[in-house]
Amino acid sequence: MRKFTVLDGLVAPLDRANVDTDAIIPKQFLKSIKRSGFGPNLFDEWRYLDHGEPGMDNAARPLAPDFVLNQPRYRGAEILLARENFGCGSSREHAPWALEDFGFRALIAPSYADIFHGNCFKNGLLPVVLPAAVVDTLFAETLATPGYRLTVDLAAQTVVTPSGARHAFEVDPFRKHNLLEGLDEIGLTLRHADAIRAFEAKHRAAQPWLFTTGSAA
Amino acid sequence: MPSQTLYDKLWASHVVREEAGGNALIYIDRHLVHEVTSPQAFEGLDLAHRTPWRIDTVVATADHNTPTRDWDQGIRDPISRQQVETLDANIRRFGARAYFPFRDERQGIVHVIGPEQGATLPGMTVVCGDSHTSTHGAFGALAFGIGTSEVEHVLATQCLNLKRAKRMLVRVDGALGHGVTAKDVALAIIGHIGTAGGTGHAIEFAGSAIRGLSMEGRMTLCNMAIEAGARAGMVAPDDTTFAYLKGRPFAPSGAQWDAAVAFWRTLASDADAVFDRVVELRAEDIAPQVTWGTSPEMVDTVDGRVPDPAAIADPVRRGSLERALAYMGLAPNTPITEIAIDKVFIGSCTNSRIEDLRAAAAVVKGRTKAASVKLAMVVPGSGPVKRQAEAEGLDAIFRAAGFEWREPGCSMCLAMNDDRLEPGERCASTSNRNFEGRQGAGGRTHLVSPAMAAAAGIAGRFVDVRRGVPDASAA
Ligand code: SF4
Repeated sequence: MRKFTVLDGLVAPLDRANVDTDAIIPKQFLKSIKRSGFGPNLFDEWRYLDHGEPGMDNAARPLAPDFVLNQPRYRGAEILLARENFGCGSSREHAPWALEDFGFRALIAPSYADIFHGNCFKNGLLPVVLPAAVVDTLFAETLATPGYRLTVDLAAQTVVTPSGARHAFEVDPFRKHNLLEGLDEIGLTLRHADAIRAFEAKHRAAQPWLFTTGSAA
Repeated sequence: MPSQTLYDKLWASHVVREEAGGNALIYIDRHLVHEVTSPQAFEGLDLAHRTPWRIDTVVATADHNTPTRDWDQGIRDPISRQQVETLDANIRRFGARAYFPFRDERQGIVHVIGPEQGATLPGMTVVCGDSHTSTHGAFGALAFGIGTSEVEHVLATQCLNLKRAKRMLVRVDGALGHGVTAKDVALAIIGHIGTAGGTGHAIEFAGSAIRGLSMEGRMTLCNMAIEAGARAGMVAPDDTTFAYLKGRPFAPSGAQWDAAVAFWRTLASDADAVFDRVVELRAEDIAPQVTWGTSPEMVDTVDGRVPDPAAIADPVRRGSLERALAYMGLAPNTPITEIAIDKVFIGSCTNSRIEDLRAAAAVVKGRTKAASVKLAMVVPGSGPVKRQAEAEGLDAIFRAAGFEWREPGCSMCLAMNDDRLEPGERCASTSNRNFEGRQGAGGRTHLVSPAMAAAAGIAGRFVDVRRGVPDASAA
């Protein structure tokens, strides 16, 4: 997994609450069996004027001029500023894949849906939670200041604004460690293979019906 | 031992290792797999030269991409077909406890087939790369959706590193009125606590109204726990649960059955268990629900009206309301019963089981679909549901009323196959999400119960099933 340490990035503001994973990456793009290439279809229904399907030449499609990510001042943004309950809906990991592929490295919002939040960490994308009032201020500053950047420091757990204001955020220590080091979580778990086998033996003794093998058909 | 909730018991009985910061390595008993969220996980396993830890926990099916008619012609969309064939290849190579591929007679929506085969049992941890895995909590299992990285993690290690959830109790006491179903209870709860109301929590549903629900009703309710923001929903197992499971292909039998039931009876929250949050509703207060917006919390009773953004002071909330009404093409203050529909979809892992189809058939029997309704489709949740319905003559009832009877799958719940809404079309749907574009780009979804969807198909607009269903032709 890609490491995340300190990011100094341009901020793009997406001023909508309850942005769902169907909006982040519409279902027709989930037919891919790959992990990459979702960036051009991030927010497809909002970003383009026509209806997108897999295999289209996205460069030739008409853009929705008002959509935030189409505005030249936000080109190259690496931090997405969002509203509450971002990423609600399905478990599709294609949502963080699309955000990451587009170029985002961090998200800032008052809250996220649980599954989406967990999926971000698996893909080197840091979902920062800040209080709604702070997020409000960041929206106002982003809109008022072309080229507005923030510095997200995972080790220090802070977001620092251009004027020097520091906003502390909480992050699960296990996830923080993995992201800072870019660790392979499966490899970490497999270090406990003996503990898993020991648990299995105990579990099988207690609930043997959970260990019936072979096909039932 | 301090008193425990059902969630605490399920958690404690699956801890392989406590980790720093209150996390734990949790063992997974059942892994349900479908074609959309698994290819990258199998590929990842392969790239790392890893093998599955315990492949006999896997039950797999193809459901999201499969067509609902002309099965003899296979899957015509080449990229959908490639995804389904990739699942076929992965299961052939890695194995599974059971696989119900496209056109198998037991194929169906992953959350319908698991319980139907007895592959979901009380006391289990159940995961799937699908948010509606919460459905399986109806059996007193800890069941939750995961992303593809976690699918790979479970394949490789049989475990997940998890953070313990907060515990929420949603208690519904009393008797549900005539025409009020588990779907209405689910939507009423979401309307009450909001789509983020359960975030960070595992919800236990309890109370006499919940005890009174059938297993299918409990599945509908737990299915929608994710729409309330909760990763998991659950109901403590009881005699209703055991009666449902007994004799199913994957359920234990003989002496093991008795031992299992004795253990399952211990899976209830202790009387003095403490929850982080308690929400209480009266069953008598719940009426048939209809969503009017683009989030399941944008819901009202069928006798309500579309809200008026002008009455909302908070600008962020007013903005989202205005955007929702613009997308839905609805004027403020429109009575719900004056909203005319173009299509009806009866199906999805929320409402495609036999009781759902019976409820819908009871409404349409002897009646005819309104001429203004372009399409009314009934998509059973699985092959066995379909055959059961046909044995009861439900397919004939639907067909006689002008409803289409299809092959099982996810279908227009998320429109990954050919079944979809066209831009601007309005649908009475028994599915679980009314997000923008969910059932097709520009499509407008109203979430309702099966009886309410069927009634809307007959009347051409939403009607209160408690008051009888007028025919559009007679109006
Ligand atoms: S029926 Fe709908 S919600 Fe259920 S698994 Fe299929 S797509 Fe997902």
